[in-house]
Amino acid sequence: MSKRIVIDPVTRIEGHAKISIFVDDAGNVSDAEFHVVEFRGFEKFCEGRPYTEMPGITQRICGICPISHMLASAKAGDAIMAVSIPPAADKLRRLINLGQLVQSHALSFFHLSAPDFLLGWETPPAQRNVFGLITNHKDLARAGIRLRQFGQEIIEVLGGKKIHPAWAVPGGVRSPLTREGAAKIGAWLPEAFATTRVALDLFKQVLTTHQREVQLYGNFPSLFMGLVDPDGGWEHHGGKLRFTDSSDSIIADQIDPKDYLTVIGEQVQNSSYLKSPYYLPLGPTDGVYRVGPLARLNVCSHMGVPQADAELKNFKSLAHGAITSSFLYHYARLIEILASLETIERYLSDEELFSTYLCADAGINSLHGVGASEAPRGTLFHDYTVDRNGLLQKVNLIVATGQNNLAMNRTVAQIARHFARGPEITEPMLNRIEHGIRCYDPCLSCSTHAAGRMALDVRMIATNGQVLHEMRRE
Amino acid sequence: MAVKTLTIDGKTISAEESATILQAAEEAGVIIPTLCHLDGIYDVGACRLCLVEIVGYTKLMSACTTRVREGMEVTTNSERLRNYRRMTLELLFAERNHICAVCVANGHCELQALAYEQGMDHVRYDYCYPKWEVDASHRLFGMDHNRCILCTRCVRACWHIEGAGTKNVSGRGNQSRIICDLNDNWGVSKTCTSCGKCVMACPTGALFHQGSTAAEMQRDRSKLEFIVNAREKKQWSV
Repeated sequence: MSKRIVIDPVTRIEGHAKISIFVDDAGNVSDAEFHVVEFRGFEKFCEGRPYTEMPGITQRICGICPISHMLASAKAGDAIMAVSIPPAADKLRRLINLGQLVQSHALSFFHLSAPDFLLGWETPPAQRNVFGLITNHKDLARAGIRLRQFGQEIIEVLGGKKIHPAWAVPGGVRSPLTREGAAKIGAWLPEAFATTRVALDLFKQVLTTHQREVQLYGNFPSLFMGLVDPDGGWEHHGGKLRFTDSSDSIIADQIDPKDYLTVIGEQVQNSSYLKSPYYLPLGPTDGVYRVGPLARLNVCSHMGVPQADAELKNFKSLAHGAITSSFLYHYARLIEILASLETIERYLSDEELFSTYLCADAGINSLHGVGASEAPRGTLFHDYTVDRNGLLQKVNLIVATGQNNLAMNRTVAQIARHFARGPEITEPMLNRIEHGIRCYDPCLSCSTHAAGRMALDVRMIATNGQVLHEMRRE
Repeated sequence: MAVKTLTIDGKTISAEESATILQAAEEAGVIIPTLCHLDGIYDVGACRLCLVEIVGYTKLMSACTTRVREGMEVTTNSERLRNYRRMTLELLFAERNHICAVCVANGHCELQALAYEQGMDHVRYDYCYPKWEVDASHRLFGMDHNRCILCTRCVRACWHIEGAGTKNVSGRGNQSRIICDLNDNWGVSKTCTSCGKCVMACPTGALFHQGSTAAEMQRDRSKLEFIVNAREKKQWSV
C-alpha cells in the first residue's frame, strides 16, 4: 500500500511548514512536498493603498530581509514614476542591500545551519542549535553573531534602525551616508573579513568530510536564475535576468525584470500557500529552477572583486558544468558575504555616497511598475498596477522561497529516498531532511507574504489518508 | 476684564472670565490631554480626551469648551478620568484601521503619543476593520479615512483660518466622514485653495502629503496659530 510521510513542522527555518513524503506500494519514496501552512495575504490587502507607502508596508512581510522588500518595492515605485533615480541613491540602495546580504547570510550559516555540520547530525535537537554552538564553539559563534551585527549596523547607519527602516522610497532614498556612519562601518570591516575567512576555511574542511551530503542534499539537474550585470558579472540589485542550465549553458539572458512574466509561470498547489514558479518556456516539470546564492554564482561569470573572484574559481571547479548540489548553497553564501564586504569597502571611498541629492520627484507616469532585486534567498519581484492617483489595483509578489519550492520538493524526495527505511520515520532521516530544506534558507514569512517559530512535524500517511506514523518536534 | 478665581487639582489660580478650563490649566502649568483642540482655532469638544471633574456636577465636562467660574473646583487627573481617557482612546483605535507601524505619521502622531502617555497597552474592544478608501486625487495631498478620528480640526482650519469651507463632515455615527465640497473627490474640488492648512492641522496620518511613506509626515502646526495671531491680533511672531 502506498503511503505518505508528513514532517510537520520543520525547524530552524524562518516560518512554519510541514513536509509530506509519499511512499509507493513497494515501500519506496515516490515524491515529496514541502507545504507552507500559513497565509499572509499581502497581495490582497495592499490593494487600495498608495504606491508610495508600499516600501514601508511590504517590508513588514519579514523581519530577516525587510530591506529586500523595501528595495524591490521602491524600484517598482521608480517605474511607476518613470524616473531614473539619482546615482547616489542607487549606490546607497546597493550599500544597504549588501548589509542585508551579510546579515542574512551570517544568520543562515552560523545560527541556523552550522549547528548541523559542526555539532553532528545525530546530536539531540535540544543541543543542535545556536546555543549548542555557543557552548562548543564559543569564539566561532560569537564571531558569527558579530558578523550578522555588522550587516545590521550598515542598515542602521543608513536607515536609522536595524529592522524595517522606511528609508528607500519611490524616486530614491531619504537620507545620505554620514561621515560618522562610514567611519563606523570602515572600522568594523577588518573583523568582518577575518570572520568570513574563518568560516570559508571551516566550510572547506566540512566539504572534505561531507561528500555524501554534497551528493545527496539536493543534487540534481535544474535551471538557475539570477540577475547579472551587462558583462555577465555578479549582481545583487540592478542588472537583468539570466537563466542557465545544469551544463552551465546560458538558456536566456539579459531579460529585463519587467518582462519576468515572459519567462516565469506560477503554479498553485492545493496543499500549500506557497506558489511554485517555473521557467515558462519549459513548463512546470522541466522548468524547475533555483534562485539564491547557489544560482547567482552559477549564472555569473565573475564576482567583480578579487578575493571573491578567487573563491568563485574554486567554487566553479567543484563540478563540471553548473554546481548542482544544494549543500553548496552554504559555500555560495560565504562567497557572497566576502564579495559584499569587498564591495562595501570599495563604496566607502566613493564620495558620491555622501551626496545629499537623493530623491527624484515625479507624479504617476506609468500605471504599471515592476521592481526586482536580489534578496539573500534569491530574486525578488514586486509588480504593481496602480490607478491614475497611484492607488494599487493589483499586487504580485514573486519571492525567492517560492521559486525554490519545486527544488526543495526534489531535495526532500532525494534525501528521503536514501534514508527512508520502510514506513517508519527515523531520527537520522528527519535530521537530514530538515537540513536539506535549510540549505535553501527558506523564508516562509516572505514566501506566503508565516508567523511563528519553526518546529518539525512528520507524518506518514497511507494513500487512504490513514496516519501510520507521526513524529513531532517542537 | 474680570478675573475668576478657581482651583485646579487643589491649586488656587486666577483666570480671565472668558478663559476655558483648558486655557486656565495651561497657564497654571497643569497639562490636560487633548486631541481635537488646536491652538488658533475654536474648540468643539469632539474627542472627549480633556474631560475633567467639577465639584457639583455629576457629569464630566470637556475642559476645552467649559468656561471658568468663580469658586470652581476642578480635578483633571483621577482614577475615573484616567479610565475614561483610556477607554476613549481604545474606542478610537478600534473604530478604524490604525496600523502605526506602516502609517505615514508613525512617531509624529498625536493619537499614538497620547496612547503611549495614557498607558494604553491593548484594546479591549473588537476592532471594526471598516473598509474606507483613500482619496489620492489631489495633486499635493491625500486623505485616508482609515486613519481619521473625526476631530474636525481640518474642517475648522479650512473654514476658520483659510475661509474656503472645502472640508465638511457627512454621515452619522460610525459612518461619519470628512468630505470635500458636496462629497467630491478632493482633486476636483472647486473651493480648495490647496493651502495645506488642513494637512498641518491633522493629528494623525489621515491627511498627508502625496508621496509620503511610513513615519515621514511631520507637521508644523505653529504656522496655523501664527496666521491667526497675525490676522486677529496683528502680531507677527517669528
